[in-house]
Amino acid sequence: MTTAIAPVIPRSRVQRLYWTFADGCVIARGNLVHLARNPAAILNLLLYPIVMVLLFGFVLGSAMNVAGGGDYREFLMPGMFGQTMTLGVMTTMVIVTNDAARGVTDRFRSMPISRAGVVLGRAVADMVNSVLELAVLLLCGLAVGWSWHRGLGNALTALGLLLLLRFALIWVGIYLGLILTPESAAAAWMPLMPLTMLANTFVSPELMPGWMGALSEWNPLSATVAACRELFGNPGWGGDSWAAAHALPLAVAWPVALTLVFLPLSARRYRRLAR
Amino acid sequence: MRRMDSFAVVAEGVRKRLGATQALDGLDLTVPEGTVCGLLGPNGAGKTTAVRVLTTLLRADAGRALVAGFDVADRPAEVRYRIGLAGQNPTVDEILTGRENLEMWGRLYHLGRATARRRAGELLDRFGLAGDADKRVKHYSGGMRRRLDLAAAFVLAPRVLFLDEPTTGLDPRNRNEVWQAVRDLAASGSTVLMTTQYLFEADQLAHQIAVIDSGRVIADGSPDELKSMIGGDQIDLVVRDAADLAEAARVLAAAAGAEPGADPDARRLIAPVRDRIGALTEVVRELGERGVAVEDVALRRPTLDEVFLSLTGGKPEHDAGEQGAGKQAVGKRVAA
Repeated sequence: MTTAIAPVIPRSRVQRLYWTFADGCVIARGNLVHLARNPAAILNLLLYPIVMVLLFGFVLGSAMNVAGGGDYREFLMPGMFGQTMTLGVMTTMVIVTNDAARGVTDRFRSMPISRAGVVLGRAVADMVNSVLELAVLLLCGLAVGWSWHRGLGNALTALGLLLLLRFALIWVGIYLGLILTPESAAAAWMPLMPLTMLANTFVSPELMPGWMGALSEWNPLSATVAACRELFGNPGWGGDSWAAAHALPLAVAWPVALTLVFLPLSARRYRRLAR
Repeated sequence: MRRMDSFAVVAEGVRKRLGATQALDGLDLTVPEGTVCGLLGPNGAGKTTAVRVLTTLLRADAGRALVAGFDVADRPAEVRYRIGLAGQNPTVDEILTGRENLEMWGRLYHLGRATARRRAGELLDRFGLAGDADKRVKHYSGGMRRRLDLAAAFVLAPRVLFLDEPTTGLDPRNRNEVWQAVRDLAASGSTVLMTTQYLFEADQLAHQIAVIDSGRVIADGSPDELKSMIGGDQIDLVVRDAADLAEAARVLAAAAGAEPGADPDARRLIAPVRDRIGALTEVVRELGERGVAVEDVALRRPTLDEVFLSLTGGKPEHDAGEQGAGKQAVGKRVAA
C-alpha cells in the first residue's frame, strides 16, 4: 500500500525550467488560498481603497486644487493606483520576513527545489494580489466619477505601467525582507507612507516648496503616476521639469532600473543566508 | 580511512563562526545508519548550528561533513534529496488543512499531483492525523502540529531526518505523541539526528547521545555508557567543623582515588566512587580514627541533570570544580 516515492529529479535545462514554474505555481497557490480563506484580508482589500478614496477624494479633496485646473478626483485616482502599488512592497516584505522567522525559508532551502521557483511563487502571488487591489480601486474610481478618456489601449498601457512598478518593488521587498525582522518590516510602514506622498500622487509638485517639489518630481512613483495621468487623459500631467516632461520613458526606466539593482541583490542575499 | 557508507552522518572538525561567536569549534560526530542520535547540550552550545551545517543551510568555515554519503558543501543537491528537516518551530501552514499542507510539500518534492495526494494520505495515517486531516491546522494542538511537521519532513522517506528540539514547548502528553512518532520513524529504518536540551528525552529516544558544549562534542556514547561513566555513585559528606575539611578531603581522596569536589561554605565534600559500600565503610572508619566529626554522610546517585551540568561545565548545587576538571577524562574514556 505504500506509495513508491520517486521524486522527479530535473536533469536537463528544460526540465529545470519546467519545475521552476511548477514550484512557483504550487507556492503561489498556497499563498492565494490564504487570501481566499482569510475574511479579514478580503475585507481589508475591499475596505482600504474605499476609505482612502472617500478620505482623499471628498474630505481632503474638497479643499484641493489641481495645478493647471481640472477635477481633483480625476487627478487623484492615478495617484491612488500608484500609491497602492508602492505600498504593496509591504506585503512582500512582511511575508518574506515571516517565512524566514517561521522556518519556512529554511525548509525550502533544505529541500531539493529550485530557488528561483520559490521566488517566482512569491512574485506570482504578489502580482495576483496587486491585480485584485487595482481592480477594486478601479471600480471605486469609476464610482466617484473618475474615468479614462483616451481609449482602452492607453488605459491598459497605464495599468501595465502600474503593475510594472509593483513587479520592480517585489525585488525591493524580497531584498529588504531578507534583511529585516518581522517587527522592523511592519514598522517600515512609517518611512514608506510619506515617501508615497512626497510625489505627485495627491498634490501637484508645482504647488509644493521648491526643494520638496523637485524631490517629488523625481520620485519613481511620480513618473508612473504622471504617465498614467497622461495615458488615462486625467488632469495634472506634464510640467516644466525634465522629469515631468518625460514621464512615460521614466515610468519604464525606473522600474527596470530598480529590478536590475534589486533582483541581483536579492539573489546574492539569498545565497548569503548560508554564511 | 574508515568506511563512510555505513554512517548516515559524519562530521570531522567542523568549524563555523557566526558573528563574534565560534558556534562550532571542531565538531566531530559519526552517526551509524538506522540509529537515533541525540545531540544534547545547553542553549548556545552549537546544536542548531550543527544541524544547519548538516542540512546544507549553512556552509562550514572548516572541516567536512558527509550526510547520506555526500559532502554537504560539494553535493548539497544530492544531500537534499536524502534528508528531512523539522526545525524548532513547525513550518506548517495554519490556514491550510493538514492534508493540504502535506500535498503542497509533496508537490514541492516533485512527486506529481496524484502521488503527492496518495503520499499525504499515507503520512496522515502513519502520524496519527487521519481523523483531523481535513481540519485547518490552526485548530491543531501543539503535538499535532509537530507531528504534521515531522510528516512534512518525511515526505520522501529520507535516509536521515534532522529534528531540532522536536518537543520544546510541548506538554507531556503532546511530547509523548511526538516521541512515539520519532520511535516509529527510527523503527522503519531512518536515521534520526535530533537536538534536545533534555537528557531524559535523549535517554528515551536515542541509541547514542553526543553531549555538545561550546561547539564541540565533549562526550559521546550510548545512554548507558554515559550514565555509568559519569553517573556512578558518589559520597556526599558534611563535616561539623570547617577546620576538618582539608583532613576529610585527604581521606575521601584516598578512598575515591580522585580529588573530591568541595563546597567550603556548606562544609561539604563530594567524590565519585566505584566500590560503593567499600569506599563508604573506609571513609567512615578513617574519619572516626582521625577524630573528624561528621554531620552527615551519604551514598547517592547523581541526578541526570547533575551529570549533564557537570559535563557541560555548569555548576550543580554541590559541585566545586572537580567534576568540571574530570570532563576531558570522561570524554576520552567514553570515546575510546
